[in-house]
Amino acid sequence: MPARSDGLPDRDLLLPGRRSTSARVAQCAVLLAPIVLTACQPAVLDPQGTVGIAEKTILIDSLAIMLAIVVPTIVATFIFAWWFRASNTRATYLPNWEYSGRIELIVWSIPLLVIMLLGGVAWIGSHELDPAKPLISNTPPLEVQVVALDWKWLFIYPGQRIASVNHLVVPAGTPIHFSLTSASVMNAFFVPRLGSMIYTMNGMTTQLNLRADAPGTFHGLSSHYSGDGFSDMHFEVEAVSAQRFAAWIDATRGMGPSLDAKSYAALARQSVNTTPFTFRAADPGLFQQIVTQQLPPGPGPQTGRPNPSVSPQTED
Amino acid sequence: MSAFDAAVGRDGPNHVGRAQGSPDIQHSAKHAAYALASKRIIAGYGFWIFLLSDIVMFSAFFAAYAVLVDATAGGPSGRELFDLGNVSIETACLLLSSFTCGLAGIGARTRNGFWFHGAMAATFILGAAFLGIEIREFMGMIALGAGPTRSAFLSAFFTLVGCHGLHVAIGLLWLLTMMAQVFAKGYRPDILRRLLCFSLFWHALDIIWVGLFTMVYLMGVTQ
Amino acid sequence: MLGKLSWAAIPLDQPIPLFTAALVGVVIVGVLAWVTLKGWLPYLWREWITSVDHKLIGIMYILLAMVMLLRGFADAIMMRSQQALAFRSEGYLPPEHYDQIFSAHGTLMIFFVAMPFVIGLMNFVMPLQLGVRDVAFPTLNSVSFWLTATGALLVNISLVVGEFARTGWLPYPPLSEIAYSPGVGVDYYLWSLQISGVGTLLTGVNFVTTVLKIRAPGMTLMRMPMFCWTTLASNLLIVAAFPILTATLAMLLLDRYVGFHFFTNEAGGNVMMFMNLIWAWGHPEVYILILPAFGIFSEVISTFSRKPLFGYRSMVMATMAICVLSFTVWLHHFFTMGAGADVNAIFGIASMIIAVPTGVKVFNWLFTMYGGRVVYSQPILWSIAFMVTFVIGGMTGVLLAVPPVDFVLHNSLFLVAHFHNVIIGGVLFGAFAGYTYWFPKAFGFRLHEGLGKASFWCWIVGFYVAFMPLYVVGLMGMTRRMQHYDVPEWRPWLLIAAGGAAIILVGIILQIAQLAISIRRRKELRDETGDPWNGRSLEWATPSPPPSFNFAVLPSVEGDEAYWGMKQRARQQAMPGEEPPYADIEMPRNSPTGFICAFFATFMGFALIWHIWWIVVLAAVGAFATFVVFAWRDEVEYVIPADVVARIDRANRTARGETFALSGTPS
Repeated sequence: MPARSDGLPDRDLLLPGRRSTSARVAQCAVLLAPIVLTACQPAVLDPQGTVGIAEKTILIDSLAIMLAIVVPTIVATFIFAWWFRASNTRATYLPNWEYSGRIELIVWSIPLLVIMLLGGVAWIGSHELDPAKPLISNTPPLEVQVVALDWKWLFIYPGQRIASVNHLVVPAGTPIHFSLTSASVMNAFFVPRLGSMIYTMNGMTTQLNLRADAPGTFHGLSSHYSGDGFSDMHFEVEAVSAQRFAAWIDATRGMGPSLDAKSYAALARQSVNTTPFTFRAADPGLFQQIVTQQLPPGPGPQTGRPNPSVSPQTED
Repeated sequence: MSAFDAAVGRDGPNHVGRAQGSPDIQHSAKHAAYALASKRIIAGYGFWIFLLSDIVMFSAFFAAYAVLVDATAGGPSGRELFDLGNVSIETACLLLSSFTCGLAGIGARTRNGFWFHGAMAATFILGAAFLGIEIREFMGMIALGAGPTRSAFLSAFFTLVGCHGLHVAIGLLWLLTMMAQVFAKGYRPDILRRLLCFSLFWHALDIIWVGLFTMVYLMGVTQ
Repeated sequence: MLGKLSWAAIPLDQPIPLFTAALVGVVIVGVLAWVTLKGWLPYLWREWITSVDHKLIGIMYILLAMVMLLRGFADAIMMRSQQALAFRSEGYLPPEHYDQIFSAHGTLMIFFVAMPFVIGLMNFVMPLQLGVRDVAFPTLNSVSFWLTATGALLVNISLVVGEFARTGWLPYPPLSEIAYSPGVGVDYYLWSLQISGVGTLLTGVNFVTTVLKIRAPGMTLMRMPMFCWTTLASNLLIVAAFPILTATLAMLLLDRYVGFHFFTNEAGGNVMMFMNLIWAWGHPEVYILILPAFGIFSEVISTFSRKPLFGYRSMVMATMAICVLSFTVWLHHFFTMGAGADVNAIFGIASMIIAVPTGVKVFNWLFTMYGGRVVYSQPILWSIAFMVTFVIGGMTGVLLAVPPVDFVLHNSLFLVAHFHNVIIGGVLFGAFAGYTYWFPKAFGFRLHEGLGKASFWCWIVGFYVAFMPLYVVGLMGMTRRMQHYDVPEWRPWLLIAAGGAAIILVGIILQIAQLAISIRRRKELRDETGDPWNGRSLEWATPSPPPSFNFAVLPSVEGDEAYWGMKQRARQQAMPGEEPPYADIEMPRNSPTGFICAFFATFMGFALIWHIWWIVVLAAVGAFATFVVFAWRDEVEYVIPADVVARIDRANRTARGETFALSGTPS
């Protein structure tokens, strides 16, 4: 069942064990971190999936193209500003020099050429990496339906007829096709180390194709602000081998509640920091019912002060 | 130089030159040589820009209507709701009121109080009739259960048409104020400038109505 | 009787807003008491509050912007410290408070800092540069200012009474719909923006008319200083873009107040339409802010390089190109909506194309310095810092315009770093350059150089320390608006960023000190001639501060750089030319219309937020009555006699003439 089926937010789960001594030590270490920066791995620059790798390449290429013009510009700014300082009598003074057709031509053509080049990159990249475009692979893709709820993620595996909350397990090396929607407000589904994010919106489906190249655990999150519980709307993505994935499916089928219209309604109520759990069975038509709004959108804030003029306080 | 110009006077570039009627004729002649705009031109020009911005606002509502026109959410569509006969009468009222508004302009130019007030009163009556019919249409739709809260289509319809209606209502209020001003103060240059702005406003409402009539009603019925 | 308003609206259980409110209250009461005791109230009313003088209105705009900058910066400090603390913990700001802070920060900084700052500078400078005595509609100008102030006031009232929006600076539905935000926060946001938006729109109308219709004799369009061109472009954008904002917010208001379905989840509402509409305004909005800043840099770099602006025609073309192109790129704010490859690619490329005219501008500034004699005063320091910073911000912006890159960086702190990079590095640095550049013109004395430079260095260092780390955490996948997080790799960077904010704080304190000390030492910092920087455009032809009528006789413009040409001629003759024939000048009378309108607008806005309908009706009637009374005035102008004009002008001509006699050759 959801962390608190009464819909009341679960704040106490937020601080697991408050701060232990080891956490303090870790904190001190973290304070010294600028020194050990090299150890940090910027997730977007360290992709673990086909899509992310392609996007990183485009990012680096575009940056390189632009740096080729930006760095000289910055250097020239400093040089010009320094050399032509008023106190430098060796510098030529051209008090009336205000036009040069040749320079104008260069000045317009350099940015134009750069943008034409980059425009090509953008055009090709947009088409190659369109989130809705299926990935080329010999393995048939795994279908996952994603529902953004206030404030947790529901992952439905229609083929396997199971579902999971705040925990996404996928087979590594297999393309995954996500169909995404939202039960209430907008969110965005994002796993930085796998690549593209995409919005989730109520009454609509968006498409996303990703693949984890190798087994691993990745941080996933909502990357579109969605209200008070937004910061806790993150999840773990576990990419596992095909065998372990099959085993996980079997294990999931053996435990937990089942997902139908009724338990979905309970799940759709606002709650914060939901502990991951799984559904042993899921109605494969549920996603479509959410998208077509046969199931009503998630309710907004239900608790709080008696005064309607001030938003309910999640802390009450 | 038109009669209206003569009435208003080609005074200084930005109300900072000598006011109209000043003895310093050379001064204004000098400015005329530089072709600096008169107060009337400035007021009219500024008001035109304001009207353009108003039209941009309407185009946002038009865009919203175009996006939502099919979002009837199971409720009635324009085809079931619109009564072209009614709308034709509204259109006639509004177009006629533009004509009478023009007559009022002539009345002001010729300083003919009877013409001016008569034509303004006619404009008011026609505008009020337009507004009355529109309100009746709205009430009728709401009574049918086709109020603005029924569907996104109806929200957009009521907002777009209602925004125009609101403009007409504000125009009527302005019209009465202008009549009172002319009555109390006479045909002063600043009041004539306001009259110019008012008539621009009133004609702009016509232009918007033509768009509304076509895009909302005609296209709605023939769809 | 009082609608939804009750004692529960006062957040008695939250110490931070209460303490802040108490402090602000004490300051306000203190200032009011001081002003009253000194007997300055009548003076303030007569000379400032009711003023229709574009210069005084401009100064009041800038004052408003600076006060709001402090408020917005306080929010920024809270956000940075919260994120520095909230690693695997709640920090000190609960979500419902933190969410209000980042929403208020964005709203204030864009609408009530950046906008009033650039509008204030345009107000003060543009008529002077055009060589005229006021804007096209002076009373309307006052109305504009006071309506903007009303909006700012309403946002600040929300600190104490009720709450502010918790939806971000652009209230995306359905989160901002009544179902998910039942409180008054979004209503505060909507009404303050609607009211100040009217003010901004009227400014746009006013300034476009001024530039196109009211210029000194001989001031053709292609002779206008660059700042006037950017003012024109920016105000054309206001006229074309702000009505879209008004319409969009009106739709959201209708949804919230009377149950319409524009953007709701139910009954066919369409949230994607909100995004399209709001960004159809939102993207031009950033150019509304940056274009005047470009104009300021053009003026400053040319003046302090002792050279004309390089490639003037190119600059005009680039400005107008940006003006038009800014309407063709809005979709790049939501590449991740799933619009399809063609749409994304087209809007991505369109966004990049804007970089072309912008790049041209940067190069032209560069070549303005080439062959110059760069004098390192505060304004040009801000300008050079801008050139470097803005190029970096522009680069990351173009990077984000590549759709596949945006797919991994959208909404991340990389984006946050990017737009702060261009808004602080562009708009704010521009505003500060303009502030230090035109301050002597406005008040007759310069700002203290040493403190100004110290403040500059704090700002620039603080800026880089605060925002470069955000690029890094953005690349680490950190999204914006997080109240807490548990990814350890992010932590050190957020701590550095908080340190950067602290350095900026020092910069702001130094700026305040600079102002205070400059006022104290105003005698030694006095600008006698009205031309402290050896300027090139007409504002420097007036005394500092300029008299209410600006120019004793409207200048006759005979070349590209109007005042530079006059000075050259004067120097050749070692005297400022023949004394012109003075005449009486008629100026518009001051009017309380703007203030009274804003008074009613404040009540109306507040009453609308709290559903107190009888006040709404009363205030609407009051506002209408104000306009009628205004329309009924008989005396709209007053006369400044020719001998007064002559006396003021002669004093300045003497001071100026001495410098011409001293320096026979251009320095």
